Amino acid sequence: MKYTVMAVLVALGCLSVSAQTKLSLDGSTTVGPIAKAFAEYYMRQNPGVVITVSESGSGNGAKALLNGTCDIANLSRDLKKEERAAMESKGVHPIQHIVAHDALPLIVHPSNKVKNLTLDQVRDIYTGKITNWREVGGPELNIVIISRDTNSGTYETFKELVLGKEAKICATAEYVGSNGAIRQRVQTTRGAIGYAGLGFVDSSVKALSINGIEATMETAQDKSYPISRDLFMFTNGNPASDSLIAKFIGLSETEKGCEIVSEIGFVPVKKK
Amino acid sequence: MRTSDRIVLSPQEIRTRRIFSALGRSFLLAVTAVAALAVLIIIFFIARDAVPFFREYNLRDFLFTNAWYPSHQPAQFGAKAIFVGSLIVTLTSVIIAVPVGILAAVCLSDMVSFNIRQLLKPVIELLAAIPSVVWGFFALVVMAPFLQDVLGVESGANALNASVILAIMALPTIVSVSEDALQAAGRELREGSYALGATRAETLIKVVLPAAMSGIFSAALLGIMRAVGETMVVWMASGNATQIPRPFYNLLQPVRTLTATIAGDMGEADQMTGSAHYHVLFAMGLSLLLFSFLCNMAGEWIVRRQRKRLRGM
Repeated sequence: MKYTVMAVLVALGCLSVSAQTKLSLDGSTTVGPIAKAFAEYYMRQNPGVVITVSESGSGNGAKALLNGTCDIANLSRDLKKEERAAMESKGVHPIQHIVAHDALPLIVHPSNKVKNLTLDQVRDIYTGKITNWREVGGPELNIVIISRDTNSGTYETFKELVLGKEAKICATAEYVGSNGAIRQRVQTTRGAIGYAGLGFVDSSVKALSINGIEATMETAQDKSYPISRDLFMFTNGNPASDSLIAKFIGLSETEKGCEIVSEIGFVPVKKK
Repeated sequence: MRTSDRIVLSPQEIRTRRIFSALGRSFLLAVTAVAALAVLIIIFFIARDAVPFFREYNLRDFLFTNAWYPSHQPAQFGAKAIFVGSLIVTLTSVIIAVPVGILAAVCLSDMVSFNIRQLLKPVIELLAAIPSVVWGFFALVVMAPFLQDVLGVESGANALNASVILAIMALPTIVSVSEDALQAAGRELREGSYALGATRAETLIKVVLPAAMSGIFSAALLGIMRAVGETMVVWMASGNATQIPRPFYNLLQPVRTLTATIAGDMGEADQMTGSAHYHVLFAMGLSLLLFSFLCNMAGEWIVRRQRKRLRGM
């Protein structure tokens, strides 16, 4: 009897492993590049496996996990209480996996002379108290505030880490739909200030230090940089250790996975 | 002898034919009804999800106050700036696109030679085939820096940028439909006018354009609809700042439109938070729908009046 049960279980296990050759991910545009690089690497290592990665924002990722339209939801913030409650009530049990760390550098046009802002100054700029670069030691130039759309995890993180609960972004702020679009707007607009994931900042824009601390891999990992965060993948239930999902997420803790994460410009988690 | 060769049919054959005829008719009716039904169903579902918002919040606050903080605690849903933004962008693009479109249509139908028209019209219609996200990309990467560097504008993602791109996007519809209307006015009409001694300009302005007016009007209306409903381009080009420009005709400031708000906020405000933020977007959708509906009705009415007047002439 015992053996029969075990045999059935083993058979089922084999079935589920051999049956799953498809994996779909959805969610944050910040975690997206990591997921894509992992997928590329994993599919090259394991021919026959098909992994699709969509980038529709953290909110939509959580929604997709709730509705069962993806296996892994990529989020650049933790699940909200309401999201968690909605999932539990639908029988979805979200399990959090930290796959990397990230910092949100404030970026400005390369010609801007300002090098450092305090966290309070950043908040005052975004709430509209400071409107001219002159007020923070820069040129006589109106500040063009650029923010990510309220649907993005990057926005949520920025709001939480910089603005706090009470402060509101002022009405003149512009909103764009992606990290790339923020960089595009900042690199072409002289008075602009924006924020983006560490991986999206290149030499076309200038990253400011905050409270005198530069946003780097190290300052993100030890969280000394004031605007840093964890990046997540969420699964429905804890995946079995030999399942495709577990192997895929486990990549983040391997040598190669950390290398991939660093290459894209994020900060890898500690190796196992 | 086959049935079709006989003149007199048996009662049974008459019955079968009647049944088939009835079947055919009801099938066609059903097919037509699907389109009408789809519209009704959409209105129903949008209204259903919009109603909870109005139950919780004041309609006057929604339409006439200015604080749009949907994800703040407590949330504020003053959408005045968003309605004004939609209005500004739509009106500006119409003001640009309609005159240009009609002039281009006149040129195509009455000025250039047949060969050139055959070449130009498909090229203009090709404009309509460019996906809107490509236009948005163009707005972001080419137009915005152009406005900033050449015209010295503070921020290139603004109402003017979105309006210009929208106008270009609406052009093919306006040109194509008005040109068809001008063509439909017919050669006889033009030749009759020439025969009475009218010059080419007189013929165009006093005879052809009035005759084609209802078609041209429909064309303009289609163009307006395109501009009101377009989402991707305004989301990328307008800057999405929830403010009313100061002064209100200052097109060089960023604005936010209804469509862009719906697209930008939808993912965050989904059913799982069950929030007013979700329902307010449907309220905006309903407003857009009502606006299109009114536009259509007004258009219908004007076109009918025009036709009546023409017949009276």
